[in-house]
Amino acid sequence: MRAVLILAGKDLRLRLRDRSAVLIAVVIPFTLALIFATVFGGNETPRPFAYAVTDLDRGPVAAAFVDVLDRLAERDIVTVRRVADPAEAAELADGGTIDAAFVLPAGIGTDGTAAIEVIGNVNAPTAADVARSLAAAFVDDLTSVRVAAVAAAGEPHDPRRIAALAERAARFTPPVSVVDVSAQRRILDTRTWFAAAMAVFFLFFTVQFGVSSLIEERAGGTLGRLLAMPVPPGAVLTAKLLTSVLFGASSLAVLIVATTAFMGASWGAPLAVAALAGAAVLAATGVTAVVASLARTAEQAGSWQAVLAMLLGMLGGVFFPIERVPALKALSWATPHGWFLGGLGELAGGGSLREVLPAVAAMCGFAAVTGAVAVVRLRKAVRP
Amino acid sequence: MTLRQLAAPPTSTGTGAVLSCRGLRKSYDGRLAVDGVSFDIGKGETYGLLGPNGAGKTTVISMVVGILPPDAGDIRVAGLPMTLRALAAKSRIGYVPQEIAVYPDLTGRENLRLFARLYGLRAAAARARAEEVLEVVGLSGRAGDRAGTYSGGMQRRLNIGAGLLHRPDLLILDEPTVGVDPQSRNAILDDVTALSGRGVAVLYTTHYMEEAHRLCDRVGIIDAGRLVAQGTQRELTALVGQCDRVRLGATGDLASAGEALERLGSVRGIAVGADGIELLDTDARTALPAILAAVSGAGATVRSVTLEEPDLEAVFLHLTGRSLRD
Repeated sequence: MRAVLILAGKDLRLRLRDRSAVLIAVVIPFTLALIFATVFGGNETPRPFAYAVTDLDRGPVAAAFVDVLDRLAERDIVTVRRVADPAEAAELADGGTIDAAFVLPAGIGTDGTAAIEVIGNVNAPTAADVARSLAAAFVDDLTSVRVAAVAAAGEPHDPRRIAALAERAARFTPPVSVVDVSAQRRILDTRTWFAAAMAVFFLFFTVQFGVSSLIEERAGGTLGRLLAMPVPPGAVLTAKLLTSVLFGASSLAVLIVATTAFMGASWGAPLAVAALAGAAVLAATGVTAVVASLARTAEQAGSWQAVLAMLLGMLGGVFFPIERVPALKALSWATPHGWFLGGLGELAGGGSLREVLPAVAAMCGFAAVTGAVAVVRLRKAVRP
Repeated sequence: MTLRQLAAPPTSTGTGAVLSCRGLRKSYDGRLAVDGVSFDIGKGETYGLLGPNGAGKTTVISMVVGILPPDAGDIRVAGLPMTLRALAAKSRIGYVPQEIAVYPDLTGRENLRLFARLYGLRAAAARARAEEVLEVVGLSGRAGDRAGTYSGGMQRRLNIGAGLLHRPDLLILDEPTVGVDPQSRNAILDDVTALSGRGVAVLYTTHYMEEAHRLCDRVGIIDAGRLVAQGTQRELTALVGQCDRVRLGATGDLASAGEALERLGSVRGIAVGADGIELLDTDARTALPAILAAVSGAGATVRSVTLEEPDLEAVFLHLTGRSLRD
C-alpha cells in the first residue's frame, strides 16, 4: 500500500503540473457550462404565466372558469388580472404585458354556440399554448357536465341546472388525481443541466490521464525501472487506477462547488450527489482503462478514448436534453452519462439518496465489468 | 587455459557470490535469445558482458533484475532466488537501464527522492540520500531543475544515480554510456570504478571494447545468446595467442577480398565490414605484403592499414568470426 500511495502521489503531482490536464479537468467544462447556460437561458428565473380574463357573462359558468384560474394563481403557476374590456385585454397581450387573455362571452354555458376566446402573446407561445389548453380542458369538463346532467335528469336544456352543476364540479375535489411524476422528476433546471452534462462529459477525458500514463511509462522505460525495484507489480497498476479515481473525483468536486457558487446550479442532496459522482468516476475510470488496455501507444489510447467519450456523451444526452428524442432516451441507459444525469434528475424532483441508488448501482455495474476487463488486460502490461 | 574451459559455466555458485546465474535460457516466439548463460560476480568485482547489439545482453539483464522470467535457469542475488515478485532480492540490486528511465517533468531531486522512497527509505532518509547521490553524480547545481531540461549526459548521470540510492550490493548497468559525450562517459566510468572500489559488485554490459577493457575484472563474451567465453582480460587475450589484429580500410569488392585472405595460411579469423576488413594473423608483419596483394588481386583498393596487439575485440573476432561493430 505504501508503494501505491507513493506512486499515486507522484502521478497526481505530474498531472497537476500538466496545465492541459487541469484545463480539461476543470477550466474548460466550467467555462462551457457557464457559456451554454447563459446563451440558452440559464439566467432566467422561472416566472408564472401572466394571464388576463374578461368576464362578459358574469354567470356561474364563467365564474367557475375564473375560479380555476384563481386556484392556479394561488399555486404561483399563473397570475390573473381582471380586465373589463376585451379590447384592452387584446392590447395587453399585443403589448407583451401579459402572455394571454381569456375572453368569456356572454351566454357561456347556456348558449351552445358561445366559446372562450384566447388572445395569445406571439412572443410567449408556450404560455399561450397553456392558456388554450386550460380553456379547452374547461370546455371539455363543461361538456361532460352537460352529458352527465342529461343522463341524470333528462333535462338537456335547463341552463340553470347545468350552471349549478358546473359550479359544483369546479369546486369539487376530484376523488382521483393525476400527477405527472416522470416529468417532475427528470427535469433539471438549465444551469444545473449544463453544469452536470459538461462535468460528466469531461470526466471521461480527465480520468484517462491516470491509466494512460501506464503506457507512457512503458514506452519511456520507467515501468521497467519500477518493476526492477522492490515494488509489487500490482502496486503500479493499482496506483494508476487510484490516480484516475482521485483526479476524476477532485475535478468533479471542484466543478460541483464552482458551478453551485458561480452559476447557481442546484445539484441536490449532497450525500446523494456524492454517491452519483463517486459512481460516475468509477465507471469512467473503468471504461477508459479498458481502452488503454487495448492501445499500443499513449497517442492511440488518447484518440480512442476521445472518440468513445464523444460517443458515450452523445448517447448519454450531454449535448442536448435527450428527453426530446424518445428513441435516444432508451439508448442513454447504456451509458454512465445517462444514468448520472438521470440520477440528478431524480434529485431535482426532490429525491434523496434512496431515489438515486438505481443510478449509482448501474454506474457501479459499468465500473465492475469494465474494471475487471481492464485489470485482466493491464496486468499483462505491467509484465515486460 | 583453453577456450572450452573459459566458456564452461562455473562448477559452483561461488561462496559469497553476489550474483550467480546458472543455465539461463529465454526464447521469443521460438527464437532462442539467450542460451545457457552462466556466470558469477563476487563482491567488489566488475563483470563485463561484452557483445554486439542484439547479442542478448539486455535479455540477460532483464532476467537478472527480475522483470523477465527465464524459460530455464536459476538466478540468485546474495543467495536469494530472483523471480518477478522477489522483492527481497530486488532490494539488493541497483538497476540502470539502457534507456533514460527518469521522469522528465520531475526535478532531479524529486526523481531521486521518489526512487529512494520506492526502495524503502523513509522520507527524511530519502531526502538526505538524494542530496548525497546528487553530489556523487555531479548534479547538485541543477537538482531543482526538471530532468527534461538536462543535457543527455546529465540525464545519464541522473539515471545512474537512481540506481545508487539504496546502497545496493549489486549494481547493474545496461550500456550506460550510449549516446553520451566523451566527458560524461569518462565521469560515468570513473563513478563505476569508484563504486567497485567500495565493494559493490558490478554487472556492466557494453559493446564498447574500450569500456570493458578499462572497467572490468572479468569479461563474458556473448554472441547470439551464448556466452562464448569468460575470464580475465589476460585469459581471454591468451586465446588469440600471438596473433596480431590487422584492420584494412578498403573499398571495392570486399567480399572477394575476404575470400582471398581466407586462403592465406597465416590468417586465423576474418570479418568483412562495409568499409573494410579486420583479420587476425599469426605473423602480420611478415605476411602484410601478401595480405595487401591478396586484397588488391581480388579487386579491392586498400586505403589504410592498422596493425594492433591482441585485445578484447580481437578475441571476439577470433571466437565468432565477426567484429563487435557488426
